[in-house]
Amino acid sequence: MKAYKNKILVQNLITYGLVIICYIVIQALMAGGHINSLLKGILVPLCIYVILAVSLNLTVGILGELSLGHAGFMCVGAFSGAFFNHAMSETIASDQLRFVIALFIGAAVAALFGILIGIPVLRLKGDYLAIVTLAFGEIIKNVINVLYVGIDGNGFHISVKDVASLGLEADGEVIIKGAQGITGTPKTATFTIGIILVLITLFIVLNMINSRTGRAIMAIRDNRIAAESVGINITKYKLMAFSVSAALAGVAGVLYAHNLATLAATPKNFGYNMSITILVFVVLGGIGNIRGSIIAAVVLTLLPEMLRGLNDYRMLIYAIVLIVMMLMTSSPKAIEYRERILASFRKKETKREA
Amino acid sequence: MSFLSYLINGISLGSVYAIIALGYTMVYGIAKMLNFAHGDIIMVGGFAVFTIVSTMGGSSAVGILVAVVICTVLGVTIEKVAYRPLRGASPLAVLITAIGVSYLLQNIALLVFGSNARQFTSVVNVPALKLAGGELSISGVTIVTILSCIVIMIALTAFINKTRIGQAMLAVSEDRGAATLMGINVNGTIAVTFAIGSALAAVAGVLLCSAYPSLTPYTGSMPGIKAFVAAVFGGIGSIPGAMIGGILLGIIENLAKAYISSQLSDAIVFSVLIIVLLVRPTGILGKKMNEKV
Repeated sequence: MKAYKNKILVQNLITYGLVIICYIVIQALMAGGHINSLLKGILVPLCIYVILAVSLNLTVGILGELSLGHAGFMCVGAFSGAFFNHAMSETIASDQLRFVIALFIGAAVAALFGILIGIPVLRLKGDYLAIVTLAFGEIIKNVINVLYVGIDGNGFHISVKDVASLGLEADGEVIIKGAQGITGTPKTATFTIGIILVLITLFIVLNMINSRTGRAIMAIRDNRIAAESVGINITKYKLMAFSVSAALAGVAGVLYAHNLATLAATPKNFGYNMSITILVFVVLGGIGNIRGSIIAAVVLTLLPEMLRGLNDYRMLIYAIVLIVMMLMTSSPKAIEYRERILASFRKKETKREA
Repeated sequence: MSFLSYLINGISLGSVYAIIALGYTMVYGIAKMLNFAHGDIIMVGGFAVFTIVSTMGGSSAVGILVAVVICTVLGVTIEKVAYRPLRGASPLAVLITAIGVSYLLQNIALLVFGSNARQFTSVVNVPALKLAGGELSISGVTIVTILSCIVIMIALTAFINKTRIGQAMLAVSEDRGAATLMGINVNGTIAVTFAIGSALAAVAGVLLCSAYPSLTPYTGSMPGIKAFVAAVFGGIGSIPGAMIGGILLGIIENLAKAYISSQLSDAIVFSVLIIVLLVRPTGILGKKMNEKV
């Protein structure tokens, strides 16, 4: 058992180390002026994608359920975080402090939505979570696009029609402007904060996996009935994994909101495509493999930037990646073939030793 | 009168959902998988008719026939290449593959036809029906859609209950292992299911594009997802359930569009799904299945 624990510790340290080394290398390159502005611009998005991929892997790889609404949770986090930032802009003077509190708010709101979605769905068996989370993403996008929220001396005003129907007083300020979203959020997100959040995400996810909770969750994934019969509370643990995953997506959303001047819910940033893109990171990196998710997220984000010609075919390649990866890793024939190859290797080795 | 016309339009839209949901529910019942690519087969059917009728100038009957053939072949090919090797693998792997196939179809269509919306000329040439002294007008497409839905529903029920293949489908959906032992060709039966489902998707595509004549590579994905909601609403695996769920969902969507908010109608449709799963997870006509250990 101790050897096993040590092995996990070493593996986890490698993962943390990888992130820290990347950070140091990029900082050194930046200090030397070797990084162009294009690359500089995608450093924070890279952190966002890594957080999203790692947190989605918690749902897909560890819990064994498919979530197609990860972008929806990101959207919830982004809007609640940015909303908090605007609403508190006079009460709390420091931009940084507001950003840090916004991170917690975004995580909490996303987790709340995760629980709300999870309660009806996670007690069911089957593929319902995929379709419900997909629906959730669409609902959130639709609702935010018609939502107007303003603030004045009397408190908050909410409307689903237009700015005029908010009935704000002269000193009032409109925070969420329907399809235009939230504008003028301070650009507080930096690469350093992004990396710190990546490390915190990794810390939460890796510790969760190697805890009693994580083992319970994986037991449910591997055999629901057996897990239930040894007294594991299925709904509780499923809900726990799912809401933690949603909360981390919310954190990524807050980071996203504080990296852009305007935040609007479009199909491009919070739509179905975004959820699929994150899923591709998870699948290519290896389902259940956290380090793989990080590497896949970085490679698949950098590659289209480097090879502009590939951009038209990006989604097509993603689709092929999904199909081919699944056929190669999960089809019973492929598994059998792989085992036969491995067995023949092993046989050769034993012969040589003899 | 306006309420009545919203209701009839709702039934018409719901009939399209019902036809799509039939394909979903059959595949789900028999292959136990969620065929995400089903919605995109609708889009392929739409583009096939568009190419034959508008680009090549063929007659609409030829167009529909070709679309049905193309979609059937496509459905069976997808099943053989992508889903069959994964039989026995985890449901997660099958689901991810299905999403991949859906994405592949969308992006191939995007490369071939571009992202601009095409104007689809309606292939249904039936005059509108005027009722109540011209106050209530029901378009030809609406009539044809509702009628085809009823015909398909009756034909499918008869097929499943009266033919040997239909009985084989029922047997496979109930217990795949036992069906194999009884000498039923399970792979063949699943292939037939995919063929029927895809042919229905082609018909749905033609009807959908005739009613809403804007055709893009993403045309099929939203109706596809809503049809799944309809299938769950009616009770997944049940054929009359798919019909009832589809029509109810169409009515809900159209009334929500008319009386609540046109921007929020999708959100309302999806909220129905969440409410159904909360209150009655097996849907209106679904049977509760006990799990055997």
